[in-house]
Amino acid sequence: MMQPLLPRRIYYGVYGALLVLTLLTVGVAYLDLGPMNIAAALVIAICKALLVMLFFMHLRFSSHLTWIVAGAGVIWLAHLLIFTLSDYLTRGWLVVPGW
Amino acid sequence: MPTACLRRISRVEDNAALAEQFDDLAQQHEAASLGMWVFLVTEILFFGGLFAGYTVYRTSYPEAFREASHHLDVLLGSINTIVLITSSLTMALAVHSAMAGRRRALVVYLLLTLVLGAVFLGIKGTEYAHKYEQGLVPGTLFAYSGPHPGQVELFMLFYFVMTGLHALHLIVGLGMLGILAVLAWRGQFSADYYAPVETGGLYWHFIDIVWIFLLPLLYLIGLH
Repeated sequence: MMQPLLPRRIYYGVYGALLVLTLLTVGVAYLDLGPMNIAAALVIAICKALLVMLFFMHLRFSSHLTWIVAGAGVIWLAHLLIFTLSDYLTRGWLVVPGW
Repeated sequence: MPTACLRRISRVEDNAALAEQFDDLAQQHEAASLGMWVFLVTEILFFGGLFAGYTVYRTSYPEAFREASHHLDVLLGSINTIVLITSSLTMALAVHSAMAGRRRALVVYLLLTLVLGAVFLGIKGTEYAHKYEQGLVPGTLFAYSGPHPGQVELFMLFYFVMTGLHALHLIVGLGMLGILAVLAWRGQFSADYYAPVETGGLYWHFIDIVWIFLLPLLYLIGLH
């Protein structure tokens, strides 16, 4: 599938959204939300990354094969983080006599 | 000779931009961008290890990481984010111009992207210089006397390795943009053949995405 020539206003729209989200992530960082600070920061960063991938990188208009490759990278990263944290975050949950 | 084969031969002769191993321009284009995506997945593996290491130590020493993050310049980090996002826009517009076959606009947007990338590196350089003056460079030069010096040094190590690796990618990207601009100026690209611009754009946008995650993880964790 050849990529369609998108109207340029889509790029300007995505750019505007990225700027707003950047200001939002800096603004939210000044509020004390407890553990929600990191959640908010990551949700905003993921939204920005998705906007860049879908429109600037044309993933939205790419073949399913490209989606699978891009998804494989993200899923690999999720495995790395989740399995690493499932170790580090759960240390000390069980009291093992002699340790 | 089967008609499908004949049709293919005539199509190949029709279009100089089509390499003979591909059925048509769409397939040729997809092969190029898919190859770049595979490379970007290996880049995710590359940066992923650092992000995982950062996550482990951030959860182990949350206090020290917040304390260390105070020493980064939020204003410069935010300005750099805007510079890099703007360079992503100009890169997207460069690809758009290439697709539309507008040579002059393509060259201008590629050079704009290159300039914005250089501005980012310049701001990064002044930040590094400040860290050096403040004695926050890990190693023998490290001269920090706060509550958690060892763990602050660890944070600064993550800061320098992650932003340094990012900057290294950006420098490679600047070289790539220069080459693309020269090729575009010589009229090497057309509406039928712009895969180098598209794949170069994919790489540039990936650098932008890495920075999108570095900003909140390094600069913004100690503000509240």
